[in-house]
Amino acid sequence: MIYINSFLFAGAICLLGQLILDNTKLTAGHITSIFVVVGAFLDTFSIYDQIINYVGAGALVPITSFGHSLIHGALEKASDMGMMGLLMGMFDLTASGITAAIVFTFFFSLFFKPKN
Amino acid sequence: MKILELGDYMEKKKYEEIVSRHKPTETRTQNAFIAFVTGGIVGVIGQLLTEFYSSFFDIATKDATTFMLVTLIFVASLFTALGFFDKWVTFCKCGLIIPITGFAHSMTSAGIEYRKEGPIFGLGSNIFKLAGSVILYGVVSAWFFGLLRLIIMGG
Repeated sequence: MIYINSFLFAGAICLLGQLILDNTKLTAGHITSIFVVVGAFLDTFSIYDQIINYVGAGALVPITSFGHSLIHGALEKASDMGMMGLLMGMFDLTASGITAAIVFTFFFSLFFKPKN
Repeated sequence: MKILELGDYMEKKKYEEIVSRHKPTETRTQNAFIAFVTGGIVGVIGQLLTEFYSSFFDIATKDATTFMLVTLIFVASLFTALGFFDKWVTFCKCGLIIPITGFAHSMTSAGIEYRKEGPIFGLGSNIFKLAGSVILYGVVSAWFFGLLRLIIMGG
């Protein structure tokens, strides 16, 4: 069941993105930025957590979960550090993804040449 | 000169008219369908990987999620470097751009593209050329919404 939910939710978000991309002048960069902001907004009221409970990884794979992880880490730290915690915990949950992307990119850029 | 320009304009207008007449509407439907299916498949792969890692390494689902995201980033980065991920992205479009694979793809393709301009002003400055906006607006909005929640709901 969770596989079907994952499929439907991740698919629906990509579908929404594709519809925006095809029918407006916004580029892929605009859409990913908007989706990150939407993800952060949804987690402000813990809506995104409930979506994750319901659909599993389907909600963690789209870029909206990046915004969700940013604010989630920040609020977690803020609960015992107050205002400063927002700054301290911002990258707590996304650190692994960003670090991995930077490291892999660095080494692949060194070893591979552009195709054209 | 005037006439030439006018002719150019007319031709452009005619061209646009022909383009708009032949622009198939089903391409959009097709794009949307492909994006839905491929995006959904990425979601299911994520779920499969999460369950595989959590049972294989005997770790909590939350940690397995991190493993899963790193795996997806690695695969997207590697395939971009090998050169065939670009073709997948042109075919799937948002099906691969919206998931975390798009984030890794944008970084690696920028890295490979700008590496020839040097390690500092090429690779270093351009690696976040596309992914930077995601991080910028993500962090600013997360900080702002977090502050709102702290003030209104008290954490």
